[in-house]
Amino acid sequence: MTGALRRVPAIWLVLLIVTAVIIWRNPSFAEPLSLLTFLKRSAPLIVLTAGQLFVIVTGEFDLSAGALITACVVVAAKVSAGDPALTWPVIGLLALLGAGVGLVNGLVTTLLRVPSFITTLGMMLVLNGAVFLWTGGSPTGSLAPEFRQYGRETGYAVAVTAVVVAVAWLLLHRSRFGHLALATGGGTRAAALSGVPVARMRIIAFVISGLSAVVAAILLAGFAGLSKEAGAGYEFQAISAVVLGGAVLGGGRGTAGGAVAGALTLQCLFTLLNLLGLEKPLRDTVQGVLIILAAAFAAYRLRKEQ
Amino acid sequence: MPNRLAASLAVAVLSLTACSSTRPAGGPPASSAAAMTASAQPASQFFDQAAYDKQLAWRKSTPTGDPSKPWLQTIEPQMADTAKFKKPGPWHVCFSNAGVGNPWRVTGLTTMKEEVKLHKEIGEFTVVDAEGKDDKQISDISDLLGKKCDALIISPNTTAALTPAVEKACQSGVPVVVFDRGVTTDCPVSFVHPIGGYAFGTDSAEFIASKIPKGGKVLALRILPGVDVLENRWEAARLAFQKAGANVVGAEFTDGDPAKVKTIVSDYLQRFGDLDGVWMDAGATTVAAIEAFQDAGKPVPPINGEDQQDFLALWQKDKLTAMAATYPVYQWRTAVIAATDILSGRQVPKEWVLPEPVITEQNLAQYVTPNMPPLFYPTCGCQDMPGFPQTWGGK
Repeated sequence: MTGALRRVPAIWLVLLIVTAVIIWRNPSFAEPLSLLTFLKRSAPLIVLTAGQLFVIVTGEFDLSAGALITACVVVAAKVSAGDPALTWPVIGLLALLGAGVGLVNGLVTTLLRVPSFITTLGMMLVLNGAVFLWTGGSPTGSLAPEFRQYGRETGYAVAVTAVVVAVAWLLLHRSRFGHLALATGGGTRAAALSGVPVARMRIIAFVISGLSAVVAAILLAGFAGLSKEAGAGYEFQAISAVVLGGAVLGGGRGTAGGAVAGALTLQCLFTLLNLLGLEKPLRDTVQGVLIILAAAFAAYRLRKEQ
Repeated sequence: MPNRLAASLAVAVLSLTACSSTRPAGGPPASSAAAMTASAQPASQFFDQAAYDKQLAWRKSTPTGDPSKPWLQTIEPQMADTAKFKKPGPWHVCFSNAGVGNPWRVTGLTTMKEEVKLHKEIGEFTVVDAEGKDDKQISDISDLLGKKCDALIISPNTTAALTPAVEKACQSGVPVVVFDRGVTTDCPVSFVHPIGGYAFGTDSAEFIASKIPKGGKVLALRILPGVDVLENRWEAARLAFQKAGANVVGAEFTDGDPAKVKTIVSDYLQRFGDLDGVWMDAGATTVAAIEAFQDAGKPVPPINGEDQQDFLALWQKDKLTAMAATYPVYQWRTAVIAATDILSGRQVPKEWVLPEPVITEQNLAQYVTPNMPPLFYPTCGCQDMPGFPQTWGGK
């Protein structure tokens, strides 16, 4: 676990370099207001990354998080139909939905022993299909400004994110649960033999991920409004951010601080590519080339460690 | 340490894929998408000078009929004789719909069903939804041909793929009415459509160009490439901006997704400091573009949209410099009327060209409909129908 801790600085250094390049290209980025706006835009990804971290340290994946975000946004709009009085009841309903999805993911993965890759991929299809069936393909209803303020107003968005990050940090690094979760992913058999309730740890991790998707959905609905593609692609960004932050796919290693830095670095890279003014198709091409390089580097790192 | 750094960078880059957005849009485009041809030709391939000239002339011509009932109006009609289709009621009218994948189509289908209720002679109305899939619509149409329909209304999903299916329907002897998106055959008894994409693009771009300084920076937001009406809108807009000397600093594809629209506009604001105008090829996400300016604490520049209620209400409330070119929903009424005219043996226009209302500051108030949901389209022409406003989600 000390190895995991030592890994943290690397990503902070990357973040620092990318930020420095952005400020060099666009000095106004360093102004407090720009930074806060940047944080607001990053808020949904940071929150989702914090949730995904728990699943990954216990040795699993949650690919359903993006679809869950979309489902939450669509459900919130359809159920509340723009009625401000329903803001909190709807948030409660979403929390139940998120926890329920996480619970099902956890139970299927642990009790039925379906690999989480398949479980959550299936859940993603189930959620996407259910949303389509329920809405007939076009989201209806609307979101009240009272519901949207949490993601749209910078103060709220930053505060919510700070609370989520603090809770994730306490839970992972300062609680018995976090200790057991890391042990679960670090060496499942050893953990089980020493009395760690491995299945329960994983189920709880999936529920945490589900709840983080709900918070991310509220932030994203606030930022962008009603969209049937609200969460598309977010699960991959979150998993990338977690890995970027020094966690190891397969479990056992990962830090909350690193995951947050990973999410911020990702957002910074998106910003930088935009500032460089790359045309969208060219940006995609550049990204494609870099992915292949990235995969090669990751393989190289693994070889070195073995 | 350097290795670790390299690895971290590598993973950072890896995750960028998650954000790349050239994924094909599922189903029809988010707003008033019309005829689609699923080709990836360069934009200029979509420019047809004759059609451009014709549409620009139609903008200025006066349609026949009562202006208070625009769904009955038509521009320069060539009437088709329908005596051979005349039959006594009750009729079985069938409708093959491309899909209800966007709010414009949702409002349209609701309006169409209410229109059917106004015609006592229609004994049965069958609707089949292709869910935005060509193959499903092709089999839907051939299923309908076995259901003893007296008239068949088709709103094609895409132009090229559906043309053979429409031809087959024509050959079966059932009178066919095509509306919204087109096909490349003239076998339908009537083809109902608004003026078209060139008019939309010209009206909206000329408005923005007239409100900005010469050489002003304009961002163009488009849903997706390859859809002919959307390409026509963009070609016409590009031409108008060129003529006016506006500087189009970017044309980006949004997939009709508000989150992407907001991110793109924020990105451009960061890159250029400010923008003098925003042009949109469809109005469903105009509100997201406006919010990007408001959240960045910048004044909203001249912008265009469509007649989606949320945009009209925001425009009125914040007194924006805006206009709305429309792709009127009332064509869903016209399609049913054309079918009943044909079955009654009355002449119908071979090409039923409907007027395309333009919403400006002057007539905005008559389009903003209080107590209607944000995704309502007031060009439904449904305000006088029984069941309004509840059937359309209003209070």
